Amino acid sequence: MIARRETLLWAVQRATAVVLAFCVLVHLATIIYAVRTGLSASAILGRTQGSFAWGAFYGVFVIAVAVHAALGMRVIAAEWLRMKGPVAEIFAAGFAVLLAAMGLRAVMAVVAA
Amino acid sequence: MKAHRGHPAWWAFLVHRLSGIALSIFLPAHFYVLSLALRGDDRLDRFLSWSRQPLVIAGEWVIVICLAAHLAGGARLLALEFLPWRNWQKTLAALAAGFAVAAGLAFALAR
Repeated sequence: MIARRETLLWAVQRATAVVLAFCVLVHLATIIYAVRTGLSASAILGRTQGSFAWGAFYGVFVIAVAVHAALGMRVIAAEWLRMKGPVAEIFAAGFAVLLAAMGLRAVMAVVAA
Repeated sequence: MKAHRGHPAWWAFLVHRLSGIALSIFLPAHFYVLSLALRGDDRLDRFLSWSRQPLVIAGEWVIVICLAAHLAGGARLLALEFLPWRNWQKTLAALAAGFAVAAGLAFALAR
């Protein structure tokens, strides 16, 4: 049962990694374009406000990163912070919820017209 | 016991883990700053003006390198796990490092 769960979490970690590989490439290109053309609220919001495409892209990005980062922190909590089973699980779940909530709020802030 | 330390694959593991931790700490702050737009463009603009200090730009540069290194290191891991085995540990680690440096340079030149 535990082995099956660990395998499932490993698969989710890898699946989110594949989604994130695409998202991070787009994000890196966007960062370089954005800083090159000048960072300002109007420049950022001009690109994103009212855009369904950016909203969907960053929504998927946030959910994938919340799951991926939390699974990574779960391993680090157990290996480096010596957290025992349920403590590491609760820490990771809390971190996933925090990232998802803050991330989706940020997406709403830049996309909502 | 610790003979594996110092091997390129060990360094690749360490960079992947430390960059992941750095990004995980940075993300809540990043999301908070973007959420400032909810309280008006001027709040976000004030933060962006503040972020033009050399130290903050240096911090951004480190985060961009971490992001590129974590992406390239993750692609390296996926290649090792899902593609047929080859003796390419060092090549993949070198490619990952090269990508991170290239992304850092591109950001530094653009900023």
